[in-house]
Amino acid sequence: MSRRSAFLQTDRRAEPAGTAGKAVCTLSEVFAATVGDAGAAGFVLSQLPVGKAPILWIQDRLSRRETGRPYLPGLGISRPLLLMEISRPADVLAAAEEGLRCKALSAVVAEIMGDPPALDFTATKRLAFRAEAAGLPCWLIRHGGTTDLSAARDRWRVASLPSLPLADDPGAPGDPRWRVELFRSRSRQPGLWVAHHDRAAHRLDLVPAVPDGAEAAAGRPAGQFAAG
Amino acid sequence: MERKQRQDDRLGNSLPDDLPQALMVEGTHGPTVHAVNRAAQQAGVTPGARVTDMRALCPSLHTDYADLAGDQAATDRLALWAQRWCPWTVADRTADGHGLILDTTGADHLWGGEAAMLAGIEGSLSMLGFSARLALAPTWGAAWALARFGPVRAIWRGEQDLAGLPVAALRLGADTVLLLNRLGLKTIGALSAVPRLSLARRFLRAELAENPLLRLDQVTGHLPEPVSPAFAPPAFRADARLAEPIFDPTHHLPGLCEALSTQLAAQDQGARRVRLTVYRTDGEVSRIEVATAAPSRDADHLAFLFRDRLERIDPGFGFDLISLEGTVTERLSKAQTTLAGERNEALDLSRLVDRLTVRFGATAIARPLPRASHIPERAERRAAPLAPMPEDPAPQADRPLRLLDPAEEIRVLYAVPEGPPAQFQWRRRTHRVTRYQGPERIAPEWWRDLPGTRLRDYFRIEDETGRRFWLYREGLHDDGRGGTPRWFLHGMFA
Repeated sequence: MSRRSAFLQTDRRAEPAGTAGKAVCTLSEVFAATVGDAGAAGFVLSQLPVGKAPILWIQDRLSRRETGRPYLPGLGISRPLLLMEISRPADVLAAAEEGLRCKALSAVVAEIMGDPPALDFTATKRLAFRAEAAGLPCWLIRHGGTTDLSAARDRWRVASLPSLPLADDPGAPGDPRWRVELFRSRSRQPGLWVAHHDRAAHRLDLVPAVPDGAEAAAGRPAGQFAAG
Repeated sequence: MERKQRQDDRLGNSLPDDLPQALMVEGTHGPTVHAVNRAAQQAGVTPGARVTDMRALCPSLHTDYADLAGDQAATDRLALWAQRWCPWTVADRTADGHGLILDTTGADHLWGGEAAMLAGIEGSLSMLGFSARLALAPTWGAAWALARFGPVRAIWRGEQDLAGLPVAALRLGADTVLLLNRLGLKTIGALSAVPRLSLARRFLRAELAENPLLRLDQVTGHLPEPVSPAFAPPAFRADARLAEPIFDPTHHLPGLCEALSTQLAAQDQGARRVRLTVYRTDGEVSRIEVATAAPSRDADHLAFLFRDRLERIDPGFGFDLISLEGTVTERLSKAQTTLAGERNEALDLSRLVDRLTVRFGATAIARPLPRASHIPERAERRAAPLAPMPEDPAPQADRPLRLLDPAEEIRVLYAVPEGPPAQFQWRRRTHRVTRYQGPERIAPEWWRDLPGTRLRDYFRIEDETGRRFWLYREGLHDDGRGGTPRWFLHGMFA
């Protein structure tokens, strides 16, 4: 079973040359569609680079209480996880910044509930610069937040979709599917996809939500439907 | 007495020095005198006598109750403060209870010799407002005797120093002293001239405090009496002595860390716990301690760990000695960095953990590790951030990505009591179940759970918007362990 990086299977048209197959080492923001939707965390997990290096996962207290904590048996990762629970969102950002100094990590994931005043343009810009300087991916998961001003290089919106049917048991939930929308990006074209995550192969299949023909007929460049 | 005077001075209601004053304690036959000031001493007031007698002798005597517990605590604090001269210090609790014992072996040359050290100690104590009688001798007992009955700032020259001192200098009880005096043994010299055998026969069953022979052996060093301080003296210690008291140790910290890491490197050790102690000018000490996740002797790293905590030091009226001690150390060999100039990643990680721990507390960061249990909330445990991963994690059934802790109760509509819910209400929102899988029955762990704990039937549920939840029903109908089973939402799948 080959463990390929997630973006190998993406829509090539939306990928800038040279980044295919590599994790994006910058600050990316993921908005969960509803509070308590684990699709955002699942999408972030599918985007993390393959390796043995530990992940630093930071939560603020509210998001832990409202959306639960990452559960090791369900994460399905064989690498160490450093889990932090911090009460104030400002401290979450400080801890993420501290983590981005450490080259021994493979990624930093921070979860923040709502729109705290500490999470402003300056704070996200600091995180983005740190992540780019260190060459580490930094993912910011926003629960119940608004898509306000941010310096995140990629901004995603993720919602759960009804899962694929299981061949053995049609009445049971199958492999997860998400509606993934890249609504603002610095390095590639925004777009809207239906993502299907195959956890066994650690592979994410992105299918454009709108067929190419329809886009061409509408006369718009690909992926511009929902620039926010 | 002097502590009381200092306290009164601070409160602004101190009495003039030439007024006879005494502190009293409750005795068997009424209050007795505990301590006196110089004026009272000259008026003939003696400690131990009854206050009524002394009032007859000196009608203007001003008395107050002594604070014995406060004295004891002050002496203990002073013993810690005295670690500025040598690491082995202890408050003397044996006889009259106000004395400090310092084992200055190997420390006197740092202070310019024995006489200079005694003068320096006396000067520092008088700056605090305490008068002190000092003596230097090879044993605890001899120093005790010389300090109370010998000349000023006595330094041991030989056993002939003790020969002329009264037997009370042996830390004996009043009854024994009286007995020895009646026997005609008034001095230590006379006592030591008596054959050991007859002394041993006479005081065979006496306690240590009443036994002249054992006390004599303690004075001469035949019976060991070591000084064991409250904190074990650290093997690695760097000091910064300042000419003037300061309030902020920030500027001295890098130099101290540098000195400590040099000491550690010389012996191939790395620090796990480091303590910063400041010795305040008012006779107190204040300390902060940091711990590292892996042994380290990197000066910059150690300095960083203290950086945000320095404000927790209470500087009082300033401090003139800062010491940095490696209290717990582990072996740390010199490691060769690779020729290609790569970084040691494990080292990086331990430093990150240190920084995060110092800033957010030791409980904020943990590494979840799997544990052999079927109960979901027990299937993982919080381990130390650098705990090793198990080699071969056990395969798990399908578990949710996120777990609510604790599980939240939901209201459920179901078709059959034992079956899956058709609809449920969680956080005031209704979710209609479109697909389900289950039940997966997890029985309670009878060897750990309380009797009467109900089993759980877990269902994987997908609602109409595609969100996947993990629900469970606690118990069965008519299982005899409570009423109608309750439903809970325990986790979310990706």
